[in-house]
Amino acid sequence: MIEIENVSKWYGDFRVLAECSTSVAKGDVVVVCGPSGSGKSTLLKCVNGLEPFQEGTITVDGVSVGDKGTNLPKLRSRIGMVFQNFELFPHMTALQNICLSQMKVLGRGPDEAEERSMKLLERVGITEHAHKHPAQLSGGQQQRVAIARALAMDPIAMMFDEPTSALDPEMISEVLDVMVDLAKEGMTMIVVTHEMGFARKVAHRVVFMDEGRIVEEAQTEAFFTTARHERTQMFLSKILEH
Amino acid sequence: MFANFDYQVILDNVGILWDGMLITFLLTGVALVGGIIFGTVLALMRLSRFKVLSFAAGRYVDAFRSTPLILVIFWFYFAMPIIGLQAIGGLGSVLIAFTLFEAAYYCEIIRAGIQSVTRAQIHAGQALGLTYFQTMQYVILPQAFRNMVPVLLTQAIVLFQDTSLVYVVGLKDFLTAADLVAVRDNRVVELYAAAAVVYFVLCFASSLWVRRLRRQYAI
Repeated sequence: MIEIENVSKWYGDFRVLAECSTSVAKGDVVVVCGPSGSGKSTLLKCVNGLEPFQEGTITVDGVSVGDKGTNLPKLRSRIGMVFQNFELFPHMTALQNICLSQMKVLGRGPDEAEERSMKLLERVGITEHAHKHPAQLSGGQQQRVAIARALAMDPIAMMFDEPTSALDPEMISEVLDVMVDLAKEGMTMIVVTHEMGFARKVAHRVVFMDEGRIVEEAQTEAFFTTARHERTQMFLSKILEH
Repeated sequence: MFANFDYQVILDNVGILWDGMLITFLLTGVALVGGIIFGTVLALMRLSRFKVLSFAAGRYVDAFRSTPLILVIFWFYFAMPIIGLQAIGGLGSVLIAFTLFEAAYYCEIIRAGIQSVTRAQIHAGQALGLTYFQTMQYVILPQAFRNMVPVLLTQAIVLFQDTSLVYVVGLKDFLTAADLVAVRDNRVVELYAAAAVVYFVLCFASSLWVRRLRRQYAI
């Protein structure tokens, strides 16, 4: 469904992505890990065209992201994205956050949008906070609203950019639980995360990136047991040590 | 000098002064609303990735910020009829002058306001499928205006005082009305004192209010 072929990206002279290639089929759950600054988030943002790239091609459901003629808003509306710092709209309530794009992009009426939003809030377990503003919610609650907001667009795939990195430890599991449920329902997912427990539990494949390159990509079990590259082994030994 | 200070002349002319104050309010209101609307357009142009737009808006701001307001008023008041726009009239040309002049200042305030909202919020809007303009309209500008309400109001207070410059073209705003009565009745001290007190009270009360707002928004 998502094909990434030989993608390279530069900031000035600095190459942030180097000939990255991978693909994600319908129903796949792919975890992307690697040290900070390795280009994981940038790669995600290239997939929905939030960041431009200079070389290579990315296609989403047959549509080329880099083509000049591509309707990027339409393409983005079909891929849900969840950010590290939630990025809820602070001037709107949780409910309004989820309704906005349904009404402005999909053209749903206010009643329909609200009904769907409430169902999604129920799904992520925070109906009682529907009318609160983001500042009144905990980090974990905000992130669950953000997931509901992305799901409201009925996306064909979901991308998560370090969804638990900004959370207090006791809130991580409430967000991961929602993501595990999603994965079990067959949602296509690309997840940038260092939560290796989550990766082991639901990921089909793990991609390891370093210095803008995809160093290693393997089935989950193989990745953790028989990583081939020294760089991957080093990273794993550090992250799994404690 | 204050021994024969005549309050009566002020009270007798409250009607004329009030009519002048209405013109002052009209000028302030139109320039404020028009300036903010046009200033928002200019700010979006300045932040545009299209070089032509950002260049044009940038030079517009430079031009008006490097020209004394009084000259802009003169220019529109006297030059408009010459270039064939008599129909606009004295008040109309002054309203245009103030709106265009204020827009240059509001542009910079609004630009800073937009830039105070993080880039990640733009990404969040766009990731949901909102277009650039929808993202601006529903996500960025509401937050930006919230952040800049105090600065916008402070600029509005400056504008309120600056409207008195229409004196130079004889438009009957509050100050001009006070001046007319002062000269006609030979009561300069009384009328100028009254004008000063009115300006001070209105502006000082407004800035106290802005200060309170600022504290509320700071939380």
